Amino acid sequence: MHFQQYQLDGFHDEMFDGEGRPRPQARLLLESIEALEEGQLLRCQRAAERLLLQLGITFNVYSESAGAERIFPFDLIPRILPADEWDWIERGLIQRIHALNEFIDDIYHEQKILKDRIIPEEIIRSATFYRPQCRGIHPPRRVWCHITGTDLVRSGDGQIYVLEDNLRVPSGVSYVLQNRNLMKRTFPYVFEGLHVRPVDGYPSNLLETLEAMAPAGSAEKPTVVLLTPGAYNSAYFEHSFLAQQMGIQLVEGGDLAVQDGVVWMRTTRGLHKVDVIYRRIDDDFLDPQAFRADSLLGVPGLLEAYRGGRVALANAPGNGVADDKVVYSYVPEIIRYYEGEDPILPNVPTYRCCEDSARKHVLANLEKLVVKCANESGGYGMLVGPHSTTEQRREFAGRIEAQPRNYIAQPTLSLSRVPTLVEDHFEGRHVDLRPYILYGKEIKVLPGGLTRVALRKGSLVVNSSQGGGSKDTWVMARSPNGGEA
Amino acid sequence: MIAQTRPLLSRVADAVYWMASYIERAENVARFIGVNLHLQLDMPLEPAQQWQSLIDTSGDAEVFRKRFGVATQTNVIRFLMMDAENPNSIYSCLRSARENARSIRETISSEIWEQINSMYLEMMQAEWALQQPGLLLETLSQIRLGCHLFRGIADTTMSHNEAWHFVHLGGSLERADKISRILDVKYFMLLPSPTFVGTPYDDLHWSAVLKSVSGLEMYRKRHGQIAPRNIVEFLVLDRDFPRAILHCIRRADESLHAITGTPIGSFGCHAEQLLGMLRAKLDFTSVDRVIKNGLHEYLDGLQVNVNEVGDSLFEEFFAWRRPVQVAASAGES
Repeated sequence: MHFQQYQLDGFHDEMFDGEGRPRPQARLLLESIEALEEGQLLRCQRAAERLLLQLGITFNVYSESAGAERIFPFDLIPRILPADEWDWIERGLIQRIHALNEFIDDIYHEQKILKDRIIPEEIIRSATFYRPQCRGIHPPRRVWCHITGTDLVRSGDGQIYVLEDNLRVPSGVSYVLQNRNLMKRTFPYVFEGLHVRPVDGYPSNLLETLEAMAPAGSAEKPTVVLLTPGAYNSAYFEHSFLAQQMGIQLVEGGDLAVQDGVVWMRTTRGLHKVDVIYRRIDDDFLDPQAFRADSLLGVPGLLEAYRGGRVALANAPGNGVADDKVVYSYVPEIIRYYEGEDPILPNVPTYRCCEDSARKHVLANLEKLVVKCANESGGYGMLVGPHSTTEQRREFAGRIEAQPRNYIAQPTLSLSRVPTLVEDHFEGRHVDLRPYILYGKEIKVLPGGLTRVALRKGSLVVNSSQGGGSKDTWVMARSPNGGEA
Repeated sequence: MIAQTRPLLSRVADAVYWMASYIERAENVARFIGVNLHLQLDMPLEPAQQWQSLIDTSGDAEVFRKRFGVATQTNVIRFLMMDAENPNSIYSCLRSARENARSIRETISSEIWEQINSMYLEMMQAEWALQQPGLLLETLSQIRLGCHLFRGIADTTMSHNEAWHFVHLGGSLERADKISRILDVKYFMLLPSPTFVGTPYDDLHWSAVLKSVSGLEMYRKRHGQIAPRNIVEFLVLDRDFPRAILHCIRRADESLHAITGTPIGSFGCHAEQLLGMLRAKLDFTSVDRVIKNGLHEYLDGLQVNVNEVGDSLFEEFFAWRRPVQVAASAGES
């Protein structure tokens, strides 16, 4: 298969420059794809899809009957990041996560940033994911965001922006590892002669991050568990995969019990003390005594055990305060305030509808902007101006005026594209990038991350629940002489 | 006691046990159907009774009668192989094994999961095989092989730790139960009273019973000629044949003692006591005594005993919602 007919359609392409010439980091890959026998690529693609089903790499769909499983579509053509650009992204992410962690710690203790009037106090108090129950808690090593999955996008001008921080319970990292595994199993030829940075170290790094949180008095090898809502959760595959790769127990709420301020798990030999919980359950469902009383998934008394320093929770409850999209708009100020430096990675310019002048501008320009609810994720609760109807715009205008605090607006970005296999040829499809950042003894970034791709023609929505798929993400290694390998 | 690398969650022990149990059940159903199909080819003139006896073996005779009425080859095979409403059909067993495996993917090896998952995916496609006897036999033999593969993979990819012993426990007890059922039904059918002299076809039937547990060849080596008394001895009291009840119970007993660390021949919990008593009941009897006192009563008693062991395992190890009680050994270390 060849790229002669491939159309850029005026978008920024990750593989080709504006003149249609292969970018340097993509040249070798393109050559080896073009050298494949007729039909081979399609055979590899089909083999990969079969393998996904056989390996049971699936996600559950809530709207369908219980237990309905789907594969998360995978496209063989990888997305490539050159070494220099990745170094810059990595530095930016480390800076950003460090600052956000300082911010969250400050919010639940002294609130200096509010007293210094960098952020209005009202914004924090009204943030959906602010948890007053967490005031005064000292998580081990003062870490609140152990695992983050920041969403990045590249716009038409080639600039990379941070779209969302996803501090609460980010998912998707298992697909990064499985996509690479799938590539190696079905499409091994393309790795020849290339130096792609490996991703296999993630489970070890994650375990190290979690073990570093063990409270004082834990055993030398602390007991770390992964808490899942159960086999019908949409991300269940990831939960069991990560537990398996780390060699830790996968537990459900009913497997745990709190007694005398200590968390125990129920084993065939009685109760066994738990030191660190990597929880994949939202704050609200974590502990019916502290948060939502109707939660059946959580563990009664967990938050008290955590407050008492007898167990560590990753991520720390309450860190979602920084996921609020209005708080997001302040991240550049947050970085300057805590780090004393300018942000490396830019935010998407954001209008806060709670500010009068910004709101007027938003309401006058709805057909050009993307409007987002401050506390929704997964591509829900948003208005994409250029694709909207008059009726939808009128509805959103009403919502914004009724609850300005709950809305922000951003310019409509034209996301960059990557060639994607469509039937028997290549077409450009829009992508984003979610790198994964671990914060334990130090901050580590997994090379690359999850490239999600909007498989429907023209679509900008990459979420798995709405027709998205994924690609392997290659970060090129630097050769010893400092250039690209 | 096996080396305690990390504790086993009660919920996980439960799921491992049932995963193995359902795989064993699926295999046995596949074996019974396969042997009946072969028998059918030898004796085309007496069809219906064979299929009814298969339903009797499954223990679901009442449900079957209500839904299908008279047993025929077609409806029995559908009921036992593909019927999603019958919890003991091969399809349902594989589905349950997979659901259990899915909930403990981090405990079992990836290879075990992939094996169970692909057996289930293949079974979902098996509908068309029902129409063609040739394909049907091939499908049944694939299911049997798949179950062998499951055990081989489990034995060679999983540490022989506590969870692995629960795999063995679940499989062994299920197998003992199924052997006793098929023997019970066939013995009753072929020998209504101890003095009854069988027809020339009896050899065929008894051979079929042995074949259904892959036992004909091993039986010949041990006892030679087909004789009901020897077959009962072989399937109930043989120590070496892996599909003899005594052998299964001994293996289950060994696994349970490996889990608890109590020496064989003694007991530290109720399940061990019950299993030890069951083992003694088999260890210290003779086939003539069993037949004299009534094989049916004896087998019935065994099935009750096996169920009691299962119940006490649940109480002792799996009942994970029991009230919190800190074990002496579970403190901080």
